[in-house]
Amino acid sequence: MTPRIDITLNVNGSDHDIRVEPRRTLADALRQDCGLTGTNVGCEHGVCGACTVLLDGEPVRSCLMFAVQAQGRRLRTVEGLANAEGLHPLQQAFTDHHALQCGYCTPGFLMLAVGTLERHPDIDDESLREVLSSNLCRCTGYQNILRAVRAVRDSRRLAREDAR
Amino acid sequence: MKPAPFQWHPASSLDEAVALLARYAPEDGRVIAGGQSLVPSMALRVALPAHLIDINGIASLARLEVEAGRLSIGACVRHAAFEHPVEPGVLGRLLATVAANIAHAPIRTRGTFCGSLANADPASEWCLVAATLGATLVAVSARGTREVAAADWFHGIMTTALAEDELLAEARLPLLATDARAGFHEFSRRAGDYALAMSLCTFRVVEGRMREARVGVGGVEPQPRRIPEAERLLEGERPEPETFARAARAAADAVDPLEDIRTRAAYRRDLVAASVRRSLQAACDDTH
Repeated sequence: MTPRIDITLNVNGSDHDIRVEPRRTLADALRQDCGLTGTNVGCEHGVCGACTVLLDGEPVRSCLMFAVQAQGRRLRTVEGLANAEGLHPLQQAFTDHHALQCGYCTPGFLMLAVGTLERHPDIDDESLREVLSSNLCRCTGYQNILRAVRAVRDSRRLAREDAR
Repeated sequence: MKPAPFQWHPASSLDEAVALLARYAPEDGRVIAGGQSLVPSMALRVALPAHLIDINGIASLARLEVEAGRLSIGACVRHAAFEHPVEPGVLGRLLATVAANIAHAPIRTRGTFCGSLANADPASEWCLVAATLGATLVAVSARGTREVAAADWFHGIMTTALAEDELLAEARLPLLATDARAGFHEFSRRAGDYALAMSLCTFRVVEGRMREARVGVGGVEPQPRRIPEAERLLEGERPEPETFARAARAAADAVDPLEDIRTRAAYRRDLVAASVRRSLQAACDDTH
């Protein structure tokens, strides 16, 4: 075992002081050291996307980063989506559109969708499909996931138009 | 599996990174930038570096700018940076088209252009771009800085001219002429898969005829390269489908394809013909 390093990870607005080996992936540090087990590990080599989190607002595969590399960055995980008022609109949409069955891929898809819609609120259907094809789902066949994300995109667009 | 233990050395300057690499390269030390190829190989334990020199914190390596007719791309420039044209000409548009074919969006957030070149996977899109357009690669070590032409860079599968104590600090791509056209086509079975074949073609159109044609093929042989047999058939000809088809067949005949249990050489040749034809057509249709 290599000497551990003391680092601070800022996750969903809170600082977590942890002590990890350099080889500890960000995914494992979030789960084991920060106790945030919402982020799942599927393939552990970057092909399934179940471990997707937001790093300074951008979706990344947390199994392909080492925790030590995430110091000083703003991390968001699925635990940060719901608030005192209730579920995040995307979480509600996933429920409403039956976009999950076993739920294992869901945190990864949620963070991918959150990051995508926040940075590209007017993303078109084809581009959205491209982006969502980043992640694997064995249960749903993907169509309901697409529907759920499109629904949130569209309702936000309507809200923006109503506000004018 | 979890990666094997290593010591982590974050560098805050290129000089520091180079010194660290000089010290640790002989002890299985390697550079990490995006890590989108390196970390999977560490997770599978086919790569077991004892030391990682992390260059992500080096601001000077994020450089991306046009200088003296070339686009200079620093080691920390991510694939995602190219998704919108990084310069207003033909090259910027071409790179945006190519970038969309690289893996998936979250991988493009972290992975780097120079990382792809140093990794030299046969299916790397940027390697095909570098080989076809004639990039210059800048390798830095404690022994000094040297420039390597793309033609001398690729030595085989995952093998380059980069010495173990060298860091690929920058890649330079020549801008394309204002009357140049460029087209790219990649084939894979699923979105985001490694390419089974891809082609990048450029030519200028001078008085209705193609000049300075470049036909590059990648994902098919151990390294990407230009196909002179195809280029010769384009030079001086009008840009027309029959001409493109002839050049595409010549390219298919010229390559010596990699084979594996899923992909036979004959299939790869078919894919080369289709990719070359489609990228030539895309170049022809590229009339901004």
